[in-house]
Amino acid sequence: MSGILIVAEHRSGEIRDITLELITAAAGVKGSAGKIQVALIARDPSKLISVINREAVDEIITVTVPYDEFNIDVQRQVVEALIKQVSPTLTILGNTINSLSYGPALAAKLGLGFASDVIDLKFEGGALVATRQYYGAKVNVELEFPGKSQYLIQLRASVYPPADGSGKADLRSVDVSIDQSQVRVKHLGIQKPLASDVDITKALFLLSIGRGVGKQENIQQFEQLAAKIGATLSCSRPLVDAGWLSNSRQVGQSGRTVKPKIYLSLGISGAVQHLMGMKNSSTIIAVNTDAEAPIFGVADYAAVCDMFELAEELAKQF
Amino acid sequence: MKIVVAIKQVARLQDSFKLHSNGIDVDPADLQYDLNEWDVSSLEEAVQIIERNGDGEVIVISFGSEIVEESLRRCLAKGATRAIRVWSETVDRTDPLSVAHALAEALKNEKPDLIFAGVQSSDTVYGATGVALAEFLSLPHVAVTKKIDYHPTESSATVLRELEGGLLEEVNVKCPAVFTVQTGINEPRYASLRMIKQAEKKPIELIELGNLDLRPQARIRRMFLPQGKTPEILKGNVTEIASQVAKIIKEKTA
Repeated sequence: MSGILIVAEHRSGEIRDITLELITAAAGVKGSAGKIQVALIARDPSKLISVINREAVDEIITVTVPYDEFNIDVQRQVVEALIKQVSPTLTILGNTINSLSYGPALAAKLGLGFASDVIDLKFEGGALVATRQYYGAKVNVELEFPGKSQYLIQLRASVYPPADGSGKADLRSVDVSIDQSQVRVKHLGIQKPLASDVDITKALFLLSIGRGVGKQENIQQFEQLAAKIGATLSCSRPLVDAGWLSNSRQVGQSGRTVKPKIYLSLGISGAVQHLMGMKNSSTIIAVNTDAEAPIFGVADYAAVCDMFELAEELAKQF
Repeated sequence: MKIVVAIKQVARLQDSFKLHSNGIDVDPADLQYDLNEWDVSSLEEAVQIIERNGDGEVIVISFGSEIVEESLRRCLAKGATRAIRVWSETVDRTDPLSVAHALAEALKNEKPDLIFAGVQSSDTVYGATGVALAEFLSLPHVAVTKKIDYHPTESSATVLRELEGGLLEEVNVKCPAVFTVQTGINEPRYASLRMIKQAEKKPIELIELGNLDLRPQARIRRMFLPQGKTPEILKGNVTEIASQVAKIIKEKTA
């Protein structure tokens, strides 16, 4: 077996950015793993070919499926068939919600070396070494897969840059017949978030609060502070889960991705899914009582102090 | 009605910690253990479904040494009916596929109507155990569920999946099925003192698996500190820090 198989991600007729990041990651290990093949599984794959035809791509494999939207059971049947046909050393998926819905199942079924949320890939002595994080991203670990010669990796988004350059990939199409008796999930519809009066993706200055706020009653102090300093209030996931703020104010993978001029975070430790949503802000000021909080790893300025005391003092400055 | 909830006791690193001299772990003294936050939500969901149904049982199951029994008891105090601990010498508890395999073996004869797992655990964040468990049990599965409407008479469920960016997808799935549950699906209850005391007296079943025919697992070969950006540290007392923050804000928004 040899080669790298990338499964392209797309939604609503558009290739998602992560697909181009997977190509960059694959290019980094091409010397060890072999040719790069990108699989396009869609109702009309032809429309998506040009976007993924990047310099590093050797072959694009299209599979036509009779579905507009992603279906877990259809996707895994197709990817399984491709893995069996192509026999790649390395299969790379994005660490996205759709991919994590079937990646581990395929790895389990086919006995592949598996790791998700991977941030770095390399080969040593012909074997894969994958880097990921433990303990809430406070430490990095290098994983090896003894006895495995084929791997399935889910790569974290926004770590590798998107691939560029135009390629001259070979094109071929593969027919996969879907076993309908094994399609046990049926797509019914997509619900968009309710329109809201606040669009945090347009704010130039975000004041973002996290679990450190403690209680719903404490939020008011930060709403007032935001108004005083000219910021829009945003938050991390736990405050939305608790029902204290609406999802429209949530920064992170399942909320919004923001790139304001200033991101001032108070009491947010920096879970990976949160960092994904704000790490490209121009200036990040992070405030947390935990000096090891992962958010400091993406911040420009760090303040290890109490968010309530800081808020009180900061308000006096405006 | 029978719902199985797979739970994990997760490790949390203290604020200041040291790496172990063996190079592949942290100093164990720097770890504290907790019931995984996602599993609190999925347990609550299971208990609510049983309560709505009028009767049934919620069985919590976890892989690990005796240390995890504390988390199993917390689940009993929060409404689980019975608890199972699974153990095998050959399984690496940080490897999600191996843990899923062990749980599937232990659940072979249980025949639940639904199986819940958390979307991910807060310590290793693989997000894989629930989906792999479904595969080992040959069951349908839906990951990252935000709402579950179970229709027992139709052997199906209508479920909302949380996608990126605030989108939700509605799907219908045949049951029995495995669902990985997202936080925010419900408001978990607190355990009352009475429930905590009752839980202390309940037995925890132990299923010890012999050498499972496991293919080799992933292995940590090195653990090290991440190389993040080095931020400029704002020094001084809170008033001084606030003044520096204000200066940065005024400069950048000028």
